[in-house]
Amino acid sequence: MAYFQRSHFMPWLLLAPQLIIVSVFFFWPAWQAVEQAFYIEDAFGLARHFAGLSNFMAVLSDPAYYSVIWTTVVFSLSVALGAMSIALFLAVLADRVIKGGSTYKTFLIWPYAVAPAVAGVVWLFLFDPSLGLVTALLERLGIEWNHNLNGGQALLLVILASVWKQMSYNFVFFLAGLQAIPKSLLESAAIDGASPMRRFWTITFPLLSPTSFFLLVMNSIYAFFETFGTIDTVTSGGPGSATTTLVYKIYQDGFVGQNLGTSAAQSVLLMVLVGGLTFIQFRFVERRVQY
Amino acid sequence: MRYQRRGLDVVSHLLLAAGCGLFFLPVWLAFTASTHSMSDLYTHIAPLWIGDVGLANYARLLSEPVNGLNAGVLRLLFNSLVMATGIAVGKIVISVLAAYAIVFFRFPFRRLCFWLIFITLMLPVEVRILPTYEVVANLQMLDSYSGLILPLIASATATFLLRQFYLTIPPELVEAARIDGAGPWRFLKDILLPLSKTNLAALFVIMFIYGWNQYLWPLLITTDADYMTVVVSLKRMLTTGDALVPWQDVTATAILAMGPPVLVILILQRYFVKGLVDAEK
Repeated sequence: MAYFQRSHFMPWLLLAPQLIIVSVFFFWPAWQAVEQAFYIEDAFGLARHFAGLSNFMAVLSDPAYYSVIWTTVVFSLSVALGAMSIALFLAVLADRVIKGGSTYKTFLIWPYAVAPAVAGVVWLFLFDPSLGLVTALLERLGIEWNHNLNGGQALLLVILASVWKQMSYNFVFFLAGLQAIPKSLLESAAIDGASPMRRFWTITFPLLSPTSFFLLVMNSIYAFFETFGTIDTVTSGGPGSATTTLVYKIYQDGFVGQNLGTSAAQSVLLMVLVGGLTFIQFRFVERRVQY
Repeated sequence: MRYQRRGLDVVSHLLLAAGCGLFFLPVWLAFTASTHSMSDLYTHIAPLWIGDVGLANYARLLSEPVNGLNAGVLRLLFNSLVMATGIAVGKIVISVLAAYAIVFFRFPFRRLCFWLIFITLMLPVEVRILPTYEVVANLQMLDSYSGLILPLIASATATFLLRQFYLTIPPELVEAARIDGAGPWRFLKDILLPLSKTNLAALFVIMFIYGWNQYLWPLLITTDADYMTVVVSLKRMLTTGDALVPWQDVTATAILAMGPPVLVILILQRYFVKGLVDAEK
């Protein structure tokens, strides 16, 4: 392999902007988060003392934290599975129609560009208790909708808005994955008399499993972090803490509650969790490359 | 393909059209609501068709100060544009340079630099939000464009993508350029950048949308309308206390806020799909 070797100074010049920005805005804050997690600070930031693991203990012994974990798991799995199954269904259809496939793609990918907060507002309007269209329809069916009072309905609403926004991302990947499957495989199965359903479950679906796994990880990360905007505009974490996810709680405890130590401890716990997820993903991708 | 069934084709088209329609419906209803007056909205349920005060609504919203803010939506849109463009361009510039150094140079601590940069892939800004806020406050960058932009540039997604692409460049190309007497700058400018044109376009689309749609970070560090983005302003407009929510204003702002990124994605669709699928790590 050919490299530019004679200049010793130049690579550092090239790397400098990225290294500086990453150090100032990534490593420094990340380090402070870790450090803060081991200190207790008063609300004005005037005094602090070393607290060992007590911030972590405070977080982990609080039953509210576990209910937030549970909410996050229910929310993330619903968003991931909802957005993925709808996307897979539409992608299979778009892959099999030969005419117009790309037109459908155009009409299905644009929600990707809608901000999570904006998606939240659009869905909030549909379900507004006094003038929402869906609320009116539900009322006719005898269902009373008010997400400001009913925690389950609030959770359902943020799930719907998040699924709506995330579907297009999954659609793009599933369609690309489907188009990469050799048509000869499906044709020979058809000649052997396998029905379309059978062909899908025994050939297409297993061959899509790497894509599906990748998307499961990406969707979980989306549900963990990016949906903050949706939750904040639609429910602000409520009613009660019915729609408070892990990231939302960090924000609430740290910025609204000014409880820096426990907020930082939660950040560290979340870092470990996301680090683990990313690690699993990298491991998996490596294995797939060999295969 | 002969094994496909005609009847299934028709069903597929119908289902796809229904899917497209269902996904468009919420936006359509937001749009129709934005063209009615507030009293209209609260006397009927959400209208299905366009009303007659649309132009007036949008014109007033763009120019006059909105609920609780001392600027019109035009100013907010401008702030979003500055932020999104800044993030996209900034990220691309530093990533082009860093990936170039990592792939085409051999120098001490190269692997360490590689890991220092790529570890940032693991932790999005939401996790380290409080300390980042403090750092930015210490640097006097609250309520400024640089405060909006710089912390969101500190991630390696673009560097990672470009590195993957640079690795596919045949070594013979570098060799030939060197024999012809091209130095590293010349190689970057005349060979590498022209070759990565489509990748850079793809990156721009993805980063622009990422930047435009940011919520938590701009929410924290902007307190006045001079730097607030349009996406963040929506929450302000929804928080009315006991008064009725001015849904015609909120939906109109939502439509305006989704306009630019949706246009970008539709116009540059080809690059967007490529960029997204390439980003699969």
